Amino acid sequence: MHPFDFVAATSVADVNSVLAQHGNRARPLVGGTDLLVQLRGGRFELDAVVDIKSVPEANVLELNGSLKMGSAVPLAEFYENQGVRNAYPGLIDCAELVGGIQIQSRASMAGNLCNATPSGDTICPMIVHSAQVHITSAKGDRTVAVEDFCTGPGRTVLEDGEWVLDITFPAPASGFGAAYERFIPRNEMDIAVVGVASSVTLDGSGKIADARVALAAVGPTPVFIRDITALLVGKEPTEENFVAAGKIAHDAVSPITDMRGTIEQRRHLSGVLTRRTLTKAAERAKAG
Amino acid sequence: MVATQEYKVIGTRPIRHDGLDKVTGRAIYGADVKLPGMLYGAVLRSPHAHARIKSIDTSAAEAMAGVIAVMTAKDMPEAGDELVDLGEGAINFSHASDHIMAMNKAKFKGHPVAAVAAISTNVAREAVAAIKVDWEVLKSVVTVDEAMAPDAPAIVDGWVGDDLGEKSPLPNVGSHFRHEFGDIEKGFADSTTIIEHRYDLAMVHQGYIEPHNGTAIWDQDDRVRVWTSTQGSFTVRTQLAGVLQLDESRIKVIPTEIGGGFGGKIPIYVEPLAAILSKKSGGKPVRILMDRADVFEASGPTPGGWVSLKLGVNDDGKIIAGDADIRFDAGGFPGSPVGAAAMCMFSCYDIPNTRIDGWDIIVNKPKTAAYRAPGSTHVAYAIESIVDEICEKLNLDPVQFRLDNASKEGTRRGDGPIFPRIGNIETVEAARDSAHWNSPLDKNPGNGKVRGRGIASGYWFNVGLKSSVNLSVNTDGTVMLIEGSTDIGGSRTSIAMQAAEVLGISAEDVIPTVVDTDSVGYTDVTGGSRTTYATGFAAYKAAQSLIEELTTRASTIWDIPEDEVGFEDGKFSSKTDPELSMTFKELAGKLNETGGPVSSTGAVDLENAGGGFAVHICDLEIDPETGKTDVIRYTAVQDVGKAIHPSYVEGQMQGGSVQGIGWALNEEYFMNDDGQMANSSYLDYRMPTTLDLPEIETVLVEVPNPLHPFGVRGVGEPPIVPPVAAVANAIHDALGIRLRQAPMNPGRILEALKENNG
Repeated sequence: MHPFDFVAATSVADVNSVLAQHGNRARPLVGGTDLLVQLRGGRFELDAVVDIKSVPEANVLELNGSLKMGSAVPLAEFYENQGVRNAYPGLIDCAELVGGIQIQSRASMAGNLCNATPSGDTICPMIVHSAQVHITSAKGDRTVAVEDFCTGPGRTVLEDGEWVLDITFPAPASGFGAAYERFIPRNEMDIAVVGVASSVTLDGSGKIADARVALAAVGPTPVFIRDITALLVGKEPTEENFVAAGKIAHDAVSPITDMRGTIEQRRHLSGVLTRRTLTKAAERAKAG
Repeated sequence: MVATQEYKVIGTRPIRHDGLDKVTGRAIYGADVKLPGMLYGAVLRSPHAHARIKSIDTSAAEAMAGVIAVMTAKDMPEAGDELVDLGEGAINFSHASDHIMAMNKAKFKGHPVAAVAAISTNVAREAVAAIKVDWEVLKSVVTVDEAMAPDAPAIVDGWVGDDLGEKSPLPNVGSHFRHEFGDIEKGFADSTTIIEHRYDLAMVHQGYIEPHNGTAIWDQDDRVRVWTSTQGSFTVRTQLAGVLQLDESRIKVIPTEIGGGFGGKIPIYVEPLAAILSKKSGGKPVRILMDRADVFEASGPTPGGWVSLKLGVNDDGKIIAGDADIRFDAGGFPGSPVGAAAMCMFSCYDIPNTRIDGWDIIVNKPKTAAYRAPGSTHVAYAIESIVDEICEKLNLDPVQFRLDNASKEGTRRGDGPIFPRIGNIETVEAARDSAHWNSPLDKNPGNGKVRGRGIASGYWFNVGLKSSVNLSVNTDGTVMLIEGSTDIGGSRTSIAMQAAEVLGISAEDVIPTVVDTDSVGYTDVTGGSRTTYATGFAAYKAAQSLIEELTTRASTIWDIPEDEVGFEDGKFSSKTDPELSMTFKELAGKLNETGGPVSSTGAVDLENAGGGFAVHICDLEIDPETGKTDVIRYTAVQDVGKAIHPSYVEGQMQGGSVQGIGWALNEEYFMNDDGQMANSSYLDYRMPTTLDLPEIETVLVEVPNPLHPFGVRGVGEPPIVPPVAAVANAIHDALGIRLRQAPMNPGRILEALKENNG
């Protein structure tokens, strides 16, 4: 393994200065559950690794109507927060799925997002929660919607010197519900063959005011399917409509055949899980 | 049938002697070996499945600071072309040498081509990356069908395989043999029901936790010391002697604790590289560790391939003809376990007319090694699925059908030998009478899922072979037991218990130690389910001689003739004077004053072992919308001869079942178009975890083995034989589809359902 400098940053400025100095030869580190494995596997070389776990701004978890989650907040801290559990059950679905206890105690959702694998379990749930990514660098700050963040397998909109400081989730509207399900052949410790996140917002009359569906592991990036939103808005949350949404997902995705599943299987599962997660999201929406 | 002999130690469940060290992390495994001045090795492995080495330039690596030695196949001594039996499989040393480091071409991805010893692992890896190989990439073939095509690329240069006694015209045939008995044509002519199918299985790995490792010193006197995690320290010595061209007596193998083997830790991989690097470093110790990808890509998995089987049944519901064609991929060199598969093919049934063709086929995949009942799982998948199909078609009870057709004492096995006393019928009866088989199964539990139950039988022949044990008595009445069998499944305790039973002392008072090859007589591998049987037998014999020696000592102490001293229930006593009596411990305390230490040796070379049978029952639940399959209840029934330590026997049955369930449902070498394994990590290899399994229930049937003083049969291998078929039969029961390709993963279930529903 190529030797690198390890920098334990304690401020945003520390991180910015290391990243500005090394450009794409430096990366921030949170849990290291992807980064260290990739470095050891020789996927790429770095000259510096910046640990951001001691940066205060990267460790906030503020629930104040909306939710602001620092990029270093481990999944376990996220899902053990009772306020977060009550407000965002659709995010808890995915936070509890990633890896095992050890991984969950180190890894963060922002790390999962920046790793940008199409199968990342937390990315699609963030998309259907309309989450916004706060990017910072020595040059300034900007905000990007999660659905626009990943640009390819392992690739993101982050420019050299930029990193994710926090992610904000809007306050759940009344009548909002969300759910995430993934298909794996085993029961744990596996990568999604297909993952589907859905959210549904019901209006006062029980009709669908908004719906968002995003799918994992069926394209080069997590796939946000706007056609499903168009189909469902104004409709009743019925099995029939959710089956129709599943059909759109089935046709819209562009999966590959690999060791984890085939194109056929992934299309089929896209349909099944879209229907199932929409149904669950609507149930949660009704339960308020 | 249950063994009725009364024992004091055998059949109890003492705490294992090595347990505390293992649960507290003190046990020393291969990667824990650290010697003064030790160098760290790294291996350059072929990135191609099949490629000729045009040249290797190691100069940049050699020039690197911290690099002490660099080697290629040119540094390997020229090994002879002889075939040597290793107990569980034979080895050709020139192939072994070429396998350990590729001479002219890489025959599978991961095939070593160079190695480095350096002052740190990091430097060694950087040096390996600096070695330049000029490759000529060749077309690769990874399935038996591709490799058997007449225009397939020849993988082993100059190899000509044997095809029924003739030279094979095909380039990649390792061998083709046939066993034929009775009149196969007449058998099928007389059959009223004939079913024939082909069953395909993917290559799978044993999946032990501990990767292969080796640390070696080759000193200036040409004496080689090797520390390694192995199933057989003496077979490592034999292999090293052949590959390094040294006398066995110049090599000492020190076995460490072993983190799983299942047959895969019989061959050597990195040990000779460490030895040669040590020699080139002026005798410094060199350690080499594999990582997980190395283990998947370059150790010895069990073959993929196929079994085509045709069974004929008459109107009385008797199987009267069986015709099998078994084709295994051997990997990059000949030598798959297809011979063992043939031995197991028809072994659960009494079939008068049989023919078995076996093909060993060279492919561009890692060279296969033994894996728990090698080959038997493959053939059981075929025959147990077809038996299930016959029972369905003829509306016969699958248990009664197995009883009506069961092999028994006197039945001729498909490869010729006549069965001695075996426990096949008793095992099927125990399955029939089990709580599981007699419990109802709600096939539609109402959660959108469906359930099914399957049953399947299996057999493994077991082996005997050579073992040595030394015993010595301590003055506190305990006994040291020195053995050469490395302990992969609790054998220290099960062997100590057999000595303790003879000596009339407790299991805890016999202290077993596994020693190096200089310190005990020759002992074959811990494999073939032979260790508790054969090394236990050696311990039995050593204990008998110890008692003889102690009897003499008692007669000296009491000054009475030897034949007047008796030994019973752990007590020496005079047959004539009731006052004269001593326990084993009391006598041990007097040894130093009455002639000094007492020790003994037991050695065996057992030609036969007595086979074992298993019947498994599997309930599973399937989500027909996703194909997700969960095993919800599982029972393993097995003839174990006599369970020396029932917990370890149960553990073997549970572990074997679980490996078989993984093989059935999700495990596979997923090969990409370039002949490379795409899933060489535990993340994507998909072995079952505890969350994927129910408690595996066990039923121990004890039909004592007449070949062993306590009736022991090997128990480690039969339990991996039935699961693939049991799962297939349960899937059929749940969904009405028959899957004839393993793994029977969710994707395949969905495909089959789609096909079935048009």
